[in-house]
Amino acid sequence: MSENPVSTVSNSVTGTGRVKRGMAEMLKGGVIMDVVTPEQAKIAEDAGAVAVMALERVPADIRAQGGVSRMSDPDMIDGIIAAVSIPVMAKARIGHFVEAQVLQALGVDYVDESEVLTPADYANHIDKWAFTVPFVCGATNLGEALRRITEGAAMIRSKGEAGTGDVSNATTHMRKIRSEIRRLTSMAPDELYVAAKELQAPYELVKEIAETGKLPVVLFTAGGIATPADAAMMMQLGAEGVFVGSGIFKSGNPAQRAAAIVKATTFHDDPDVIAKVSRGLGEAMVGINVDDIPQPHRLAERGW
Amino acid sequence: MTGQTAGQGAERPADVSPAATRDDRGDGVTGELTIGVLALQGDVREHLRALVECGVRARSVRRPEELDEVDALIIPGGESTTISKLAIEFGLADPIRKRIGEGMPAYGSCAGMIMLAAEVLDGRPDQESFAGIGMAVRRNAFGRQVDSFEAPVRLDGIDGPAFHAVFIRAPWVERVDRDVQVIGTIEAGPAAGRIVAVRQGNLLATAFHPELTGDLRVHRLFVELVRATR
Repeated sequence: MSENPVSTVSNSVTGTGRVKRGMAEMLKGGVIMDVVTPEQAKIAEDAGAVAVMALERVPADIRAQGGVSRMSDPDMIDGIIAAVSIPVMAKARIGHFVEAQVLQALGVDYVDESEVLTPADYANHIDKWAFTVPFVCGATNLGEALRRITEGAAMIRSKGEAGTGDVSNATTHMRKIRSEIRRLTSMAPDELYVAAKELQAPYELVKEIAETGKLPVVLFTAGGIATPADAAMMMQLGAEGVFVGSGIFKSGNPAQRAAAIVKATTFHDDPDVIAKVSRGLGEAMVGINVDDIPQPHRLAERGW
Repeated sequence: MTGQTAGQGAERPADVSPAATRDDRGDGVTGELTIGVLALQGDVREHLRALVECGVRARSVRRPEELDEVDALIIPGGESTTISKLAIEFGLADPIRKRIGEGMPAYGSCAGMIMLAAEVLDGRPDQESFAGIGMAVRRNAFGRQVDSFEAPVRLDGIDGPAFHAVFIRAPWVERVDRDVQVIGTIEAGPAAGRIVAVRQGNLLATAFHPELTGDLRVHRLFVELVRATR
């Protein structure tokens, strides 16, 4: 679980667990925004995003247009990397280790092994220890988060239901992860063996969480966040930062909404600030109720 | 909402209910000093924890009135463009610059080093720093995340073994004024000789993150330096 040095130059080491997890620590309290063009990336950076997620179509469009959804065109990713000075993340399909290799070669700063894209492997996720670039993965519950961490994820996010503008699933996932952590902290040591079995996660990791009361990696939220209040609520529910996908560039005034979400994330516990930044934002993304989406089309249920 | 103390963004984790976020600040240890951690974005919690372990009272700072309550300020790691933007928008940039000008001790790690630099290279055009240290700092100087690394670094004025220094999309110091003391450089490899730690009077900056490794020596040095000013 600890470190897996990938390359060594003289006495310095890259790709360690510490620099991978540490990168996510530096993103805390920040907002990471989905962008599909260099222009959008600039708007996101102008608004105060801590990083951008480069992808070909935002989840709302993936949902509307259907078809197989894959890693973005390298030219598009290069364009976004050239456009901004903040970190650039990009998505690879679940289990598609070659897409991840390509993204690492392009120099992206974080790979999101994402359920928003069509999975490439329905049995295995990527062996993330084998990479220098760090990975973030989605989770709907603690067991899933721990399995991803075991595979080498250096950051976890809730899945939510991407591309809907409906925050209810992200709420469920955040509450679930947090309540399962609290449950572990109240258990007797000898009960943790069964807890590990039930969570389908390694005992050592379960024991560590029972002792520390938190995941060993940073926990962000994602999926359906569309307003400053949505972002602030997720922060109050224990998220350490926020991913916003379709919510910004599918809204009436992306630049202003993006800046408002950044401020609401920092001042998530101050309703006066949230009220102030929520004024005059224009139309939020129209959205889809998660309940109206037929089961097979729910993205959060991809991954295991 | 000023009655509600800040710091939730920082130390939260323990509980998720809004009520419980009220007073889980980083303090809990009484000390004669209060050192703030700028809590707009970044690894605030790690710095608060390090300060508490050094035996001083620590609190997060997100508002000008909170700045008034601290004897010194740490600017954490994070995204310097975001921290700069939020500091300007929430009216902290000028007061922090003023306090530093009046002699308030400050320590910055990584993004914090950038925020303390008189000149920022490869920054955004609208990026502002709190200045303070007479140096030019280059953002992301070592490269992208795949180039982030760990390496031993020895700091002048701090005894004991070399720091196990963690550099994450880190900056380096490209130039320093004559009265700035270079206290740490990269020792080997392609970046050998690059300046990664400096001190100027009451101001301290490192390109790496001692707050991530549990090595308290830099924080102890800073606390001593703050004590010496009182």
